[in-house]
Amino acid sequence: MNVCVTVNGKVYERVVEPRLLLSDFLRHELNLTGTHVGCEQGVCGACTVLLNGDPVRSCLIFAVQAHEQEIMTVEGLAPAGTDKLHPLQEAFRDAHGLQCGFCTPGFLLTLLPFIEENPNPTEQEIREALSGNLCRCTGYQNIVKAVKLAVETAERGE
Amino acid sequence: MKPAPFDYHAPTTLAEALALLDEYGFDAKLLAGGQSLVPTMNFRLALPEILIDINHIADLAFVRNEDDGLHIGALTRHAELERSELVAEKAPLLAEAMPNVAHSQIRNRGTIGGSLAHADPAAELPAIMIALEARFRIQSQSDDRWIAASDFFVDLFTTELEAEEILTEIVIPPLPARTGCAFLELARRHGDFALVGAATRVTLDNLGACSEARIVLLSVGNTSVRAVLAEQSLQGKALTGQNIRDAALIASDQDIEPPADMHATEKYRRQLTKVLAERTLTKALERATSAP
Repeated sequence: MNVCVTVNGKVYERVVEPRLLLSDFLRHELNLTGTHVGCEQGVCGACTVLLNGDPVRSCLIFAVQAHEQEIMTVEGLAPAGTDKLHPLQEAFRDAHGLQCGFCTPGFLLTLLPFIEENPNPTEQEIREALSGNLCRCTGYQNIVKAVKLAVETAERGE
Repeated sequence: MKPAPFDYHAPTTLAEALALLDEYGFDAKLLAGGQSLVPTMNFRLALPEILIDINHIADLAFVRNEDDGLHIGALTRHAELERSELVAEKAPLLAEAMPNVAHSQIRNRGTIGGSLAHADPAAELPAIMIALEARFRIQSQSDDRWIAASDFFVDLFTTELEAEEILTEIVIPPLPARTGCAFLELARRHGDFALVGAATRVTLDNLGACSEARIVLLSVGNTSVRAVLAEQSLQGKALTGQNIRDAALIASDQDIEPPADMHATEKYRRQLTKVLAERTLTKALERATSAP
């Protein structure tokens, strides 16, 4: 089947089997390997991408379902054409919100709309927001700190 | 872990989808949010030959209020229900439960019809629908029928739906006067399946005694379970702390046969049932007392 999808602002067209998962489509067809595949059963959240602005698990959607939709992956976070990171990525780095980094793309894309919709979240709200993503290194403490740091940075208008 | 091959159909009208179901029957599976179906396909526990993706049937996604209650299209996503002001106003019990339905990424895709048709005994929505006396519209090419939520769920992952039928619409009737509801569940981590949950509804008579109580429990059996004996024990009585505690004990000791698994023992599920029944009854009473 023909799939025409916009990923990080760029239009891609491919012919794929209907059974191809969106996560595998991004990685194998488009070579966008920033989206990580952990459990392939919708539990770990590592493959989270934005589908028309909303975080979804890309291992639970078929690529053909993304036809004529807009996807954002971790590759679309940092401003193009610069060596700068997105402020949320900066906050993760500064607060040690990652160690091995496998889960990080999923966390970033889960948190991006959350921070935009909740400019002043409580710790409880932050923990609920990231409850659908597993991290086996950090113990989550520094991820929570990174979110707080990102929020504070945004508040100061940096 | 990759799904087995299937033929993919993406109808844009209900009529087309019903025609496809009529043609393929048991060989076909409906794909709504896919948050339960796709994992089982990834494991190859489900091997549908035909996948009918109903996500393009725009007519199936709506929330609107009518005289006979709140009408919700089966394709309405959890996130939409969670955000809906109409749901918060007309079906506060549903609104209260929604943040507990899985994680945000799953609520962005999962649908109310999909969750109900899947009939997971640990899911919140079946219990909520039974507590609110909702009714479901079920359509096929040759039939168009309504069924009460309490008659819909048959057994573990089993409903009254036939292979050629689609659950298309849910109607939640308006709450009677002097009625309050409450939902609580306990999960190890927010958004995980509940170890036990309770959806409770209490209606008071003119004198403030209980004219009807509904206590619907999840994760304690093969379907959502009504704590019938506990409900009866409250009928016509003043909802004193003691009566509520007695009812909660009946619910946990007599109304359920909870399973034991790696997540919780039978004894622990009974203990949770007692605590959650008492807390939701108390909260529902409080809300019924201040309700119009």
